[in-house]
Amino acid sequence: MTDTLTQQPADLHPAKPRRRMRIDTRQYGIFGALAIVVLLFQVLTGGKLLFPLNVNNLILQNAYVLILAIGMVIVIIAGHIDLSVGSVAAMVGAVAALSMSQFHLPWYAAVLISLLVGAAVGAWQGYWIAFVGIPAFIVTLAGMLVFRGLTLVLLTRGTISGLEDPFVAIGAGSLGKTGNPDLITLLIGAVAVVGLIGMGLRTRRTLKRLELPREPAGSFWLKSILVSAAIMAIAWLLANAKGTPVILVVLGVLILSYTFVLNRTVFGRHVYAMGGNLFAAVMSGVKTKWVNFFIFVNMGVLAALAGIVSTARADSAVAGAGQNFELDAIAAVFIGGASVQGGVGTIGGAIIGGLLIGVLNQGLSILAVDAAWQQVIKGLVLLIAVAFDIISKRRSGGR
Amino acid sequence: MSNTILRMHEISKDFSGVKALDGVSLEVERGQVHAICGENGAGKSTLMKVLSGVYPHGTYDGTIEFEGAETAYKTINDSEADGIVIIHQELALSPYLSIAENIFLGNENARNGVIDWNKTNREATLLLARVGLDENPATKILELGVGKQQLVEIAKALSKRVKLLILDEPTAALNDEDSDHLLSLINHLREQGITSIIISHKLKEIRKIADTVTIIRDGRTVETFSMRGEDATEARIIRSMVGRPLDHLFPPRDPHIGEEILRVEEWNVYHPVDTARKVVDNAHFTVRAGEIVGFAGLMGAGRTELAMSIFGRSYGTNISGRIYKNGKEITVRTVDDAIRHGIAYATEDRKKYGLNLIGDITVNVSAAALGKLAKNGVIDRNREYATADSYRRSMNIKAPSVRSITGKLSGGNQQKVVLSKWIFSGPDVLILDEPTRGIDVGAKYEIYGIINELAAQGKAVIVISSELPELIGMADRIYAISEGKLTGEVPRAEATQEVLMHYMTAGKG
Ligand SMILES: Nc1ncnc2c1ncn2[C@@H]1O[C@H](COP(=O)(O)OP(=O)(O)OP(=O)(O)O)[C@@H](O)[C@H]1O
Ligand SMILES: [Mg+2]
Repeated sequence: MTDTLTQQPADLHPAKPRRRMRIDTRQYGIFGALAIVVLLFQVLTGGKLLFPLNVNNLILQNAYVLILAIGMVIVIIAGHIDLSVGSVAAMVGAVAALSMSQFHLPWYAAVLISLLVGAAVGAWQGYWIAFVGIPAFIVTLAGMLVFRGLTLVLLTRGTISGLEDPFVAIGAGSLGKTGNPDLITLLIGAVAVVGLIGMGLRTRRTLKRLELPREPAGSFWLKSILVSAAIMAIAWLLANAKGTPVILVVLGVLILSYTFVLNRTVFGRHVYAMGGNLFAAVMSGVKTKWVNFFIFVNMGVLAALAGIVSTARADSAVAGAGQNFELDAIAAVFIGGASVQGGVGTIGGAIIGGLLIGVLNQGLSILAVDAAWQQVIKGLVLLIAVAFDIISKRRSGGR
Repeated sequence: MSNTILRMHEISKDFSGVKALDGVSLEVERGQVHAICGENGAGKSTLMKVLSGVYPHGTYDGTIEFEGAETAYKTINDSEADGIVIIHQELALSPYLSIAENIFLGNENARNGVIDWNKTNREATLLLARVGLDENPATKILELGVGKQQLVEIAKALSKRVKLLILDEPTAALNDEDSDHLLSLINHLREQGITSIIISHKLKEIRKIADTVTIIRDGRTVETFSMRGEDATEARIIRSMVGRPLDHLFPPRDPHIGEEILRVEEWNVYHPVDTARKVVDNAHFTVRAGEIVGFAGLMGAGRTELAMSIFGRSYGTNISGRIYKNGKEITVRTVDDAIRHGIAYATEDRKKYGLNLIGDITVNVSAAALGKLAKNGVIDRNREYATADSYRRSMNIKAPSVRSITGKLSGGNQQKVVLSKWIFSGPDVLILDEPTRGIDVGAKYEIYGIINELAAQGKAVIVISSELPELIGMADRIYAISEGKLTGEVPRAEATQEVLMHYMTAGKG
């Protein structure tokens, strides 16, 4: 048919190199921003940022951002927002601490109860959002107040500290060391690198077999080498500090499973479909109410986990915990390339965005920058990162 | 002096490696109606977007001369300042604002930022009179049908002292009456010296209104010829568009009609907002295996509402009635229920209800039947790609690959993606609402062929269409709807435009 005619012009004018360029700038955008921020602070702190112990602390101190960003990116892809996660984390921290100090439950029971409380909170908010149809912005704004208030109620007798050791280890401990450098940590790093490249190669092979467009080989390998180098560098630093933090293992599992959920499962696809065009999703038979409900239950559980981790790390439950957590998580997701309109975003992007926030937090505190200025700087970084993304999209796109 | 108002020379435009335009040239005479025809994805809309500055100067190659001066529009405002106004394939009015506010949107009659409402309403009234729209300028856009919205768009163009009016498929969503009105308005504007460029897949209209036609294929100009000549027939346009003559408008078909698959009884639907208003009134109908049943009706008669209410109550409130599938009564409360019972509904509004426009072809084709591609909730991506690709080939969807974003496809190709999605859901009953809207003549023929094929496989097919010749050419039986009531049932042998029109207007005052 007209097929031959259709293809001729494209062959006569091989404009492919331009397409490649576009993919490159977009994908390296967030990585580049992260690299720049790391280098900048490395210089500003006189090399202190990447001291082994500081890297260890960076991960421990900012694990909550990454955990929340994972849940938040799903919320945002579906076209919602969650403002309550900071308050929920604080309340769950209080619940965990009370379970152990007041009711003398073992640490694992406290963790389990905490996660269940998170799920219940998520179900509560999800109910109003999904089944009553109140915008998430309103429901979670209310939740932000309600759960902060409940935290204060739970902690009327003041801060609870001196928690059980195994509980504290969730947020502050490591897997232990075999020596200096720690071989287990290096091994985990190596496995991560091999796994990452292996998965990338598999995807490429599939795309090739199906004759679908894929990233040019050079770009793929460059990216893989850079990411691998970064992972091994972090592994090396951790191996010279306290070994692999427990929380890093938890994070690794979360990242892998949620990437799988978003990319490969029907649920994940429904999340993207709803964010892309809610009406079309409804008309395709997506049970949008239930999907929304589960998105918030999931967010509640992850907020609870963030609460557990930060309480454990601090070894205390305080009424003011989790302040601004929601803002860090939301910023991480948008820096990671998600769209305010919904339908766009990835776990990987959110994690990189979260790391960027983490490096900022850590770098600014090493530099002992005043808290007021820390906020100014974080706000500007968010603005610049998203502006950069939007401008680069506009330049490469048709309009 | 030459009377050429517009000269586009060797225009090329590519979208990150995909050539949409490849050296198109176009010359338009002042005071004429110039039609542009071509297959879906030929580049018609893109060419007009280049002309009007939607794609700014510098993002395309080639030169544009308007009224003798070379243009370099950076934005639509620049082209509008010169008197070039484009009305896009998708209307762009703000639904909650009034007619007057929309007409002067971005161009307000204001002093120091304060709007002069008297002047606004006075001028709006004059403009509405010029386009023959008898509405209060304070009426909100969402209260108007598409036909009237189209007229508001033209009034808006007139308010900008338009010299060259570009209409991209203006009648695609209009019924015959509204289309006729629009065409006579364009005629009228021609008499006032306004030049128009009109893109349309309805060749009958082109023959009626155009002075000259340019055919575009695969981003290149094929030819330009006068429509005033003897040989300027629809067949000539088709030959030039498709590259070969098309002997029949409808593929041959040999119906094998079997058992009844779907029966709907005492079906009543009320308007979702104005809940006292009955939109569908006591409808009864049946569809058999292998049968193609048409639904004819004027705009707003309740065809789409009937179909959507059956499809998992996607429209309306207070729905009552019974649905039987293969003789057994079924409950269809949600879209998911409908799909599980083998009912599919391909919407007429592909942008709003049909597609995830930021998703690629793959995710759109699989959207309604992910279950078929998944095991334990995990999607088999390979099979998903393969499925999408097989539809891309069989439906002849013009796109570089199945990973192309649907929002960037041409209108007709988007329509094919919607159809693919519902065919893939493997329904027993397929309801197609305006399946050929915005589709070129060649592709229409292909789609009719696909519909025939589905019927031949024993599926029950319902086709809702505003084009009576299409229903008459395809359907075994046609129901006419007027004001929510089924007013007539016409077998193929008796179906003529007159008979159908009679029933479609039955009960109208
Ligand atoms: N923003 C975009 N990005 C990428 N490709 C695009 C974009 N806009 C259009 N195209 C491609 O350019 C080609 C021409 O599209 P265009 O919309 O001009 O077609 P058309 O002739 O108007 O078709 P139709 O009759 O279906 O409306 C198509 O192949 C389309 O996929
Ligand atoms: Mg078009």
